[in-house]
Amino acid sequence: MTALLEAHGLTKFYGPFRALDGVSLSIGSGEFVSIIGPNGAGKSTLINLLTGVSAPTAGSVRFMGRDVTGVGSVALARLGMARSFQLVQIFPDLTVLETLQAAAVSRLGRGLKLLASLARDREVQEIALEVAELFGLADKRGALARHLPQGDKKLLDVASAFALRPKIILLDEPTSGVSTADKTAIMEILVAASRRVGIEAVIQVEHDMDIVFGYSDRIIALHQGRVLADASPREIEANAEVIDAVIGRRAAGR
Amino acid sequence: MKRWLGPALALVAILIVPLVAPPYQTLLMLPFMAYAVILLGLNLLFGYTGLLSFGHALFVGVGAYTGAFLTHRFGVRSLEAILLAAALLGALVAAPVGALCVRYVKIYFGMLTLAFGMVFYTFVLKFYALTGGDEGIPFARPLLLGRDLSAIPKTDYLNGPYYYYCVAVLVLATACMWRIVRSPFGLCLRTIRDNPLKAEALGISVPRYRWCAFVISAVYAALGGALLGPPTGNVDPTLAYWTHSGNLVFMTLLGGFTHFYGPVLGAFVFIYLQDFVMSLVPYWRLIFGGLLALIVIFAPTGLMGLIAPSR
Repeated sequence: MTALLEAHGLTKFYGPFRALDGVSLSIGSGEFVSIIGPNGAGKSTLINLLTGVSAPTAGSVRFMGRDVTGVGSVALARLGMARSFQLVQIFPDLTVLETLQAAAVSRLGRGLKLLASLARDREVQEIALEVAELFGLADKRGALARHLPQGDKKLLDVASAFALRPKIILLDEPTSGVSTADKTAIMEILVAASRRVGIEAVIQVEHDMDIVFGYSDRIIALHQGRVLADASPREIEANAEVIDAVIGRRAAGR
Repeated sequence: MKRWLGPALALVAILIVPLVAPPYQTLLMLPFMAYAVILLGLNLLFGYTGLLSFGHALFVGVGAYTGAFLTHRFGVRSLEAILLAAALLGALVAAPVGALCVRYVKIYFGMLTLAFGMVFYTFVLKFYALTGGDEGIPFARPLLLGRDLSAIPKTDYLNGPYYYYCVAVLVLATACMWRIVRSPFGLCLRTIRDNPLKAEALGISVPRYRWCAFVISAVYAALGGALLGPPTGNVDPTLAYWTHSGNLVFMTLLGGFTHFYGPVLGAFVFIYLQDFVMSLVPYWRLIFGGLLALIVIFAPTGLMGLIAPSR
């Protein structure tokens, strides 16, 4: 198995506070990996380092064999790594379709076409519409993002990342702030869309253990900035240390 | 169909103004058209990219002084050459200024553009030998499409050939901007205005796009600045003063920055209202200050928002 994304000894200090302490991991093609951990375990820091939003104090990140440590989110998005955000990020005054078109324009490298007509760009229109349909947003394509219900905003945030047709996608709590009933629906859409778009690996940060254990090939448990365990869901479920520190007894006895 | 009706009617009205309106009212159309060009550019930066420049008079000044220099000092009288040179110089000055300014947003961007505007203002004011200081430099009557029209009286020149020349420039500038805001580039600018963090996550390089928008808006400002010269026949530092930048922002808010034609309408209303108020009372700024407050409080989307609410 060739590693798509690798991290070695990632360490991040915020002043004297060590948010991440020598985290190493490797994500292969075809994997669905969940990162779990209690609040303050370093999940968001890890995602930010992996996606190039911030640079590590020490350690490195390699993506498809290339050192991408601290190159920034723009460069990583171009290379094929997309992300969605924990707090939903949308373009309030753009329509659903325009949001997806923007991702398509970026992927095709057509953003600096000053005098070309966006409306007549077939390829961009097709990608946007296809992703809108994939995520069940097609009949809301003309709606402004800020007028969407919360669940659809979340979907749009994720859908625009998918419209980049990335090799790997990092989802920071894809179902947070969504009703329990909608969570499974969102996950089903995500998994189906990953296959359709041809995404090779999915990494998600997630708190809902039903979602984590229901969808992951592998689970990485973080605790106090370190990797506590990196194993299959079955092994994690049997790991008393992880259950104590991360999952909690009651949740484990689902 | 309906989308074209308003602008088309406005264009017809602009075309027949010289035939039906008194010469004085027609003359006022000239600064209106120049400002319309300037504001189309300013609003690419403000309405579409979310950056409010308080120093755009700098580029208006660059355009106007380019025309004055060329006609007065170098004997270049072709308006086409003047506009081309103004656009190039506008871009040349905007390239480094923009590279520094677009690293900042909101009030910091505004203050930095204001600072550069003041530097330029002081430069044209103090370098007397070069710029004529506070007296400025004359802007000689330019040739239009190579035709020397110096024989006809000034008002006939301005309200005739020069007027229609300005209409042509305005139409071209509008058509060009219309395409820009509807291009993939225009869409990327709007993503940056709405959410730079998300735009970057989609691979859209925020500083690069902001810089492009800045340079384009400066080119528009310089073109409009060059058109402001011939009607007054003189170019002086007040064109580059910060209150002039403030007027540009005022016009944009007056017309409405959320609408493509808002700033154009703003320029029109500003020019005629200013003239009207000045003819009644000497303290027009007091009236306009009150007006600005009313707009911000009661009609944040400007006059265009009242006429044609978007979405």
